[in-house]
Amino acid sequence: MDFFSFFRKKDNTASKNVAKDRLKLVLVHDRVNCSSQVLEMLKTDIIKVISNYMEIDEEELDIQITQTQSDDKTGTVPVLYANIPIKSMRKVNQD
Amino acid sequence: MSEVIVITSGKGGVGKTTTSANIGCGLALTGKKVVLVDADIGLRNLDVVMGLENRIVYDLVDVVEGNCRLKQALIKDKRYNGLFLLPAAQTRDKDAVSPEQMQKLCDSLKEEEFDYIIIDCPAGIEQGFKNAIAGADRAIVVTTPEVSAVRDADRIIGLLEASGLNDPALILNRLRADMVKRGDMMSIDDVTEILAIDILGVVPDDESIVVATNKGEPAVTDMESFAGQAYRNIVKRIQGEDVPIMSFERDEGILDKFFKNIFRRG
Repeated sequence: MDFFSFFRKKDNTASKNVAKDRLKLVLVHDRVNCSSQVLEMLKTDIIKVISNYMEIDEEELDIQITQTQSDDKTGTVPVLYANIPIKSMRKVNQD
Repeated sequence: MSEVIVITSGKGGVGKTTTSANIGCGLALTGKKVVLVDADIGLRNLDVVMGLENRIVYDLVDVVEGNCRLKQALIKDKRYNGLFLLPAAQTRDKDAVSPEQMQKLCDSLKEEEFDYIIIDCPAGIEQGFKNAIAGADRAIVVTTPEVSAVRDADRIIGLLEASGLNDPALILNRLRADMVKRGDMMSIDDVTEILAIDILGVVPDDESIVVATNKGEPAVTDMESFAGQAYRNIVKRIQGEDVPIMSFERDEGILDKFFKNIFRRG
């Protein structure tokens, strides 16, 4: 490391990387064509179904569309990510 | 065989009209018969970029509505052999023509034995866009290395493919090599990775474009400028030649290198 590199920006903070990351996220939403209203409706429905079986923490609930590497590792695919904290199980009638 | 190529982008102001003018002029310089069609009805600009604004009598809408024959509306560019312009109407709007009429117009232009029919598409994704792509055989998407332009390009690529215009090619406009080097501008690889499409060419951000547009002479005729060279390469690639993407760094003199080494070691 030389003296001048101290003044230079680190690569991961370069503004083009910020641009790339933001673009990728925006495009995931654009390409799936899922509006925030639809996502909100989906969220309500998921809560409704899950609440039949368990008590969940609705405050901490996190549902979003993001992306992950595809199975064949050739690119990325959109995924529905849901993080739903469980408070307790409900008694379910199993017959 | 004639080919209809539409130049589109989604976002406005990324250089569709300049790109159309340069590609059309460049193709004519290689001996092809070319017509530039300005599909931006109501906001015509290809005429001024080409320096032909004083020669318009009839326009695209006149042809479509049958007020004149196609040949009467075609303006022959006297400077470049085989280059013609079909100007847009300025006092009408996008609804003055339908996609079916544009398709018919493209067919009539093919009958005039043009090798290339270049359509300058308006910004946006509405009627004007639908008109411009209706008769196209192939699409070129222009973008700049900015978040907004790349986002719109992605949307346009999706719409083109939905209309059966598969595998559009990308032109990355206004690239600044110095900013890419610093990490402050997305590179060619960054943009092609995000859009997952083939690159047709890269045009540097070059003052010669502004000068050329001021004079109404496409930069492709300027043998000195980087942008001119970039457009000439694009024209070769359109015709199937395999030309490597050029690098845009100016050759540094010995003194430049010397000072650079003193101030920025490593």
